[in-house]
Amino acid sequence: MKFKLLLMILIFNFSLLHGAEKVVDQNTIHKNLRCLICQGQSIADSNSDFAQTIKLVVKDLIEDGRSEDEIYSFMADKYGEWIVFKPQLNKHNFMLWFLPYLALILGGIIIFLILKKRRNL
Amino acid sequence: MQKIIKISIPIILIFIIVVLFIGLNKDTNYNTNSLIGKKISKINLKHYNENKFYKVDDLKKNKYTLINFWASWCAPCRAEHSLLIELSKEKNLKLLGVNFKDKKRQADVFLNELGNPYDFLTKDKMGKNAVNLGVYGIPESILVDKNLTILKKFVGPLSSKDFNSIIEIIN
Repeated sequence: MKFKLLLMILIFNFSLLHGAEKVVDQNTIHKNLRCLICQGQSIADSNSDFAQTIKLVVKDLIEDGRSEDEIYSFMADKYGEWIVFKPQLNKHNFMLWFLPYLALILGGIIIFLILKKRRNL
Repeated sequence: MQKIIKISIPIILIFIIVVLFIGLNKDTNYNTNSLIGKKISKINLKHYNENKFYKVDDLKKNKYTLINFWASWCAPCRAEHSLLIELSKEKNLKLLGVNFKDKKRQADVFLNELGNPYDFLTKDKMGKNAVNLGVYGIPESILVDKNLTILKKFVGPLSSKDFNSIIEIIN
């Protein structure tokens, strides 16, 4: 009985997780796409003609079964990385992604060396 | 230790200055130049008058095609129209007009008044096809060869400089 209950919970959780993966939130995508003809607005915030067209295309792509990342790639392919608020890691922006971690590691090393020196004094 | 700090501070300062210098000198105006050299993979444009579609295979039949997005409500489209009429006389070039989010009656008036330079005339009522070609405002023109490669993209009305560069490419 316990085994059956456990199995049911597992199946239920798996289907929930699997279902959650498939849902592509249109609003999230709109918020992550830049309106190219507006001043710092996302597609979600803008009522411009361009934003309305992009919303229609996003809707079509979702209906075609494209994932969120595929939609961002499609838009970046047509309009360049600039259209995506959170650009994907590439050779042009890798410094932007790794510099904070590098600074953190270097800072840690410097602090460690200072502390070590003080201890030795 | 002192030595490391003495060396690292100027390095960090130089790095910051270089990054700021590059950043400030970079052209931040948005353009779609990244599309140049890429191939058109999909177009599905409805003919202006008939119930047919203009597709990628139709583009392959032309040596060079200038895809021009226009509308009767677009004032700059009027400004570039005389240059399109001139371009329509070129043998190596076919003009594919895409009437963008327009009303047919007004588009007809526009063409009757200024002339029809297009070899093929299509329409994009919702503007969805424009997204496939990275168009974000009109007028916009895209020069492609028979291999479907985008050779040049003209954002805004064509100028005489653009006209000359098209002539140079197609001849």
